[in-house]
Amino acid sequence: MIQVIAFYLFATLCIAAGALTILARNPVHSVLWLIVAFFNAAGLMVLVGAEFIAMLLVIVYVGAVAVLFLFVVMMLDIDFAELRAGFIRNFPLGFALALVLLMELVLGIGAYRAGALKLGTPDGTAAPLAGANNIEAIGALLYSRYLFLFEAAGLVLLVAMIGAIVLTHRQRSDVRGQNIAKQNARRPDEATHNVKPEVGKGVSL
Amino acid sequence: MDWSQSLRLIAPEETLSVAGLILLLVAAWAGDKAARAISIAAVAALVAAMALVAPALCNGAMGPETAAFGGQMRADAFASFAKLLIYGSAAVALVVAPSFFDRVRAMRAEYPVLVLFAAVGTGMMVSAGDFLTLYIGLEMNSLASYVLAAFLRSDDRSAEAGLKYFVLGALASGILLFGISLTYGFTGTTSFAGVHAALGGGLNTGMVFGIVFVLAGIAFKIAAVPFHMWTPDVYEGAPTPVTLFFATAPKVGAMGMLMRVAIVAFGSAAGAWQQIVIFAAVASIVIGALGAIGQRNIKRLLAYSSINNVGFILIGLAIATPQGSAAMLTYLAIYVAMTVGSFVVVLALRDHNGAPVEDLADMAGLSTTNRLLAWVMLVLMFSLAGVPPMFGFWGKFVVFQAAVDAGFMPLATIGIAASVIGAFYYLKVVKVMFFDEPAGKVGRESELVHSALLIGTSLFLSPLGYLLTKWLGGLTGHAAAALYHFA
Repeated sequence: MIQVIAFYLFATLCIAAGALTILARNPVHSVLWLIVAFFNAAGLMVLVGAEFIAMLLVIVYVGAVAVLFLFVVMMLDIDFAELRAGFIRNFPLGFALALVLLMELVLGIGAYRAGALKLGTPDGTAAPLAGANNIEAIGALLYSRYLFLFEAAGLVLLVAMIGAIVLTHRQRSDVRGQNIAKQNARRPDEATHNVKPEVGKGVSL
Repeated sequence: MDWSQSLRLIAPEETLSVAGLILLLVAAWAGDKAARAISIAAVAALVAAMALVAPALCNGAMGPETAAFGGQMRADAFASFAKLLIYGSAAVALVVAPSFFDRVRAMRAEYPVLVLFAAVGTGMMVSAGDFLTLYIGLEMNSLASYVLAAFLRSDDRSAEAGLKYFVLGALASGILLFGISLTYGFTGTTSFAGVHAALGGGLNTGMVFGIVFVLAGIAFKIAAVPFHMWTPDVYEGAPTPVTLFFATAPKVGAMGMLMRVAIVAFGSAAGAWQQIVIFAAVASIVIGALGAIGQRNIKRLLAYSSINNVGFILIGLAIATPQGSAAMLTYLAIYVAMTVGSFVVVLALRDHNGAPVEDLADMAGLSTTNRLLAWVMLVLMFSLAGVPPMFGFWGKFVVFQAAVDAGFMPLATIGIAASVIGAFYYLKVVKVMFFDEPAGKVGRESELVHSALLIGTSLFLSPLGYLLTKWLGGLTGHAAAALYHFA
């Protein structure tokens, strides 16, 4: 019973958040609604027993993708009046695209109902462990059978990181960085000095 | 799965990865001042890795004892042959880099590290026994290559090359991955041996789509027509040592990967991919030859020349016999020597201020101003054109012989006819160097490294190279036998 309630709660919130994502006037609000939709989708994934995908949704989509969206949306200077004018102008094209997508959907569902594709039978090397939840099953494969590939994928990420630094980092001479040692070494008697300006002469700084 | 044996079999990868990580730390602390020392250490690591892979080739290693991690990696004679070429050309790309980058003060400590990781990835591509290994190796190589193409940040052309390579490379990776997922879906496995068995049981439309997408993705990586458009722009824009690297190591890696995928994974459905490879071979030969004719930039010309050569190599694959594969490997070895030599000549072409000369017209009358360079370029161009006394002829000869023996007479005929078109622009370069009025642009100074590499490659490509045919034939025979030894 509680599962049914949870399902309807998550599903309703997910659809509502999705609708609000496209209806919100402010793009920042859209992204925030999108995050709500992701969280509810993660809840649905937990309900069907795919807790690994639920975690991925929260970590990857909410943690990285949505935050990136938020930054981009906040940094871009979007002219909403122009956007709305574009909406009217591009409406026929958008409508045609929507129609094509709808037809694809109908065709896809029709094909699915006509009978499944004859796919290959898994060779069993990556068979799920009996009695383990799917995080344990993935971990057991990742750290045993696919350990080499897992480590190699780590190297790929390292290469990407080196690449990002090589392409963007540069030593700039026109910035003044903080030199803590120099700051700490400064003594009060060097930092201040008494002057006795004569009348009408001013002070030299 | 025996862990200690698996770890022993991937010793070259471990050596290079550990060396890359240590040198990365050195680069982080010592900075760009240590770039030369890091390059030397990286070359030493590559030589050590070559020493580690050589025994497998000499012993003709094959069969189950070469399979590491349950067949995900194969350290057999075929992989060793390709890895020797890959590590060797990566070492050359490191050796020639400092003098090129120092001129524009762009030598940075990360260059050797990136080349090392690219070499690891390329080595994984040729050792792959599983689509997952193949893809991870390919990405490791590609990511490092994108950065290397854009390494010269002060040069707009380099940035353009990096961006172009990245966008098109990402698209090709996507196509390849789509093909892999279709293949996995319709066969139920990602291992090459498993796919071989599944395809042997009958082919359906989904599998054919998978094969076509996988081959299209790999055709991009080897720059075969019709996926060659990026090559001239990237080769022209990338810094010349990097272009040297692109034209050799990743090309050998992608070609080895293509052979392994086509013959091991899709070998039981050869009829499904042979037409594609034949088309790509003929189109690459013809378009590579025709495209090169109008080029004025020597790097663009060499890019078209590499497209042309890929076509000849693909003839060996199209016939799908062990003899064809051995011929491909022979051609690849000679191709690497020719490419290294040509790009070292491009590196050595400097004007009187030391700035690189890339325009073909500026090479006019090179024979009077810089005799060594002109004669070496003559050997290289004759070799690339396949003119008989040079060793380049041998590569074309074995490929065509394999094609004729397998009964692919029309393919061999088209290849021979098109190589005549190709000869035109190679000979044009020779004509410009020897018979045109000297332009006087190219300076006389030469570097020891360049001269040593040029003399080495031109000796290998000169008629003296024929002394090696027996030895080379033995090694490629071992490698091809290992490729055709399933299980």
